[in-house]
Amino acid sequence: MAEKKRELVSGSRLVDENSLKERLIVIFTKWEVILAVLIVFEFILFSNLSPYFLDYFNLMNSTFTFMEKAIMALPMIFIIMSGDIDISIASIIALCSFSMGFASSHEIGAAGIVIIGLLAGLSAGMVNGFLVTSFKMPAIAVTLATQSIFRGISQAILEDQAYTKYPEKFAYFGQGYLGETLIPFELVLFLVLAAIMGFVLHKTQYGRKLYAIGNSKEAARFSGVKVDRARFINFTLMGLFCGISAVLLTSRIGSTRPNIALGWDMEVITLVVLGGVSITGGKGNLFGVLMAIFLLGYLKFGMGLINLSAKVMIITTGLLLIIAVLLPGFLDTVKARRKLRRQQKESGMVEV
Amino acid sequence: MKKLLSIIMVMAIAASFIYAGGAQEVAPADEDMKLVLLVKSLGNGFFEAVADGGQEAAGELGNVESIYQGPSSSTAEGQIEIIETLIAQKVDGIAISANDRDALIPVAKKAMKAGIKVISFDSGIASGGRIVDLAPSDEELIGRQQIELIAELCDYKGQVAVVSATSQATNQNAWIEWMKEEIKEPAYKDMELVEVVYGDDASDKSYREAVGLMEKYPELAGIISPTTIGILASAKAIEDEGKKGQVQLTGLGLPSEMKQYIENGTCQQMALWNPVDLGYTSTYILYALATGAVEGNPGDVIDCGRMGDVVIGEDGISIMGTPFVFTAENIAKYAEIF
Repeated sequence: MAEKKRELVSGSRLVDENSLKERLIVIFTKWEVILAVLIVFEFILFSNLSPYFLDYFNLMNSTFTFMEKAIMALPMIFIIMSGDIDISIASIIALCSFSMGFASSHEIGAAGIVIIGLLAGLSAGMVNGFLVTSFKMPAIAVTLATQSIFRGISQAILEDQAYTKYPEKFAYFGQGYLGETLIPFELVLFLVLAAIMGFVLHKTQYGRKLYAIGNSKEAARFSGVKVDRARFINFTLMGLFCGISAVLLTSRIGSTRPNIALGWDMEVITLVVLGGVSITGGKGNLFGVLMAIFLLGYLKFGMGLINLSAKVMIITTGLLLIIAVLLPGFLDTVKARRKLRRQQKESGMVEV
Repeated sequence: MKKLLSIIMVMAIAASFIYAGGAQEVAPADEDMKLVLLVKSLGNGFFEAVADGGQEAAGELGNVESIYQGPSSSTAEGQIEIIETLIAQKVDGIAISANDRDALIPVAKKAMKAGIKVISFDSGIASGGRIVDLAPSDEELIGRQQIELIAELCDYKGQVAVVSATSQATNQNAWIEWMKEEIKEPAYKDMELVEVVYGDDASDKSYREAVGLMEKYPELAGIISPTTIGILASAKAIEDEGKKGQVQLTGLGLPSEMKQYIENGTCQQMALWNPVDLGYTSTYILYALATGAVEGNPGDVIDCGRMGDVVIGEDGISIMGTPFVFTAENIAKYAEIF
């Protein structure tokens, strides 16, 4: 503890000494800042390549295509932060959408459909949470199993059929705009949810507990954190947010088929990892994920505008991911080396 | 530090807006008409051939840019994302082979509201989500053509039989009904359709049924198998029974699977819709709609270049024509495609 304090003191003095240059280096080696710079670069690039990119309506409207995944990324930060993973989320969407379609086919109104969708998500999340915490099974094994089960239910009942009748009012959630503006309802909802989740993660005791759990479950447990309760809450939240996403997606495409949202689990995890949340837990923040969401969303949109093939998109995402995983470690070594050199220099000066 | 960070960001974003704002004004107006072929997924030979057809049509029409697009995996969500970007770049027309006939309706409606002409081909969008749905062929054309093909192979005489899919298969049953109609024509007075057997679209059962036919009718002159699995199994059965040259074979088959049998003469000709023609015809239809030459109402006639006229039918459903015939001359080229 005492050592850490000394390090901090010497660190701040060094920043003072090297002032602006040092401070810029610190800022621009932060992953979320690198992402922000990439977004700026992306905007400059695409607005030069296509006259349709920097258009208020288009920039707003294109968020429709990635807001549902963005909403799912929020609780996924909590899960990955505490060292878990959930790969059943796309199947939870299928289960929720199926429940809503079933409700709708039984003449239940828009409000009822939404409630049923949210409840389906909540319960699926609780099942995941229960299995993970009660049977001490790794989250990846549990959610791999529930991935098949949740989607399997809708596949077994729907087969190659689809629910296509939804009430007209229901279309608002995924297709509507805020009042008379051109701002999609989905975008507003996401920003509100992001603010709430950001507050919980960074300003509450619960958030701090998640970081502790991610760094070491054992250590957290010994220092009195109710680890399993927090993990259960995480998975339940994940389910609920999948429910919200399912409402938006089902409303946007106006139909339910068993293969709905197929492959979204990996896309959502991609957003979180690209956002700088360590896949082993304990590191990262919501701001970085926010940046990753808009970076990837607009990257896809921009590439679509200049009619680049989807293959290029996949490769680009893959490269970014590799950088996202490798760079923090690389930067840490660089920083550590700089510090070491500086300390050597300093101590050398003291000796002289 | 956070303050500094946010200031830099805001400045950078503002700069990019100003920079881009200037760029936008000098962007040249695109004169070419942009017609898009949006397929189920990329990396599929069938759809690459559709794209070739689009290019061919664009070349003939002149002021058309044919754009080929598709998601990396066959999902409706992926197609919707692409349609959103197509709306944003204000293309003139989109022809879609849909991954989901219902899920694409809302976004397709949005595109049509933005003035973009939307049609579907190969795999249709439900009514309300497109102006025209281009079907590769129809029951009557397919059924009648099958009889013509087998008649040419066995000189308009002898017994023929059918190896179908399942006995409940809607498509095959409808085609077989038209085969029975066609064979009543005077040209086929020396021919007889003796039996329809069902291989259930399983290789082994189709094979056994074909062998059974040859044993039951020693004078059998030809087999028609209007299903890709059945025709492949029948070809093998004919060779194994040593009836090559004696029992002729035709049907609907995949060029890649049937290449060896077409080249060695077991099955001298067969039919199937051709993806190149689908892309070609779709592009012609989009062009006619986007130029305002036709509204897309039932009864409208569209000139589709080498494919002839296509008539828009009830509910926008249009028929491209009789299936394409594959022979030893052209099979190698198409076998590489699908």
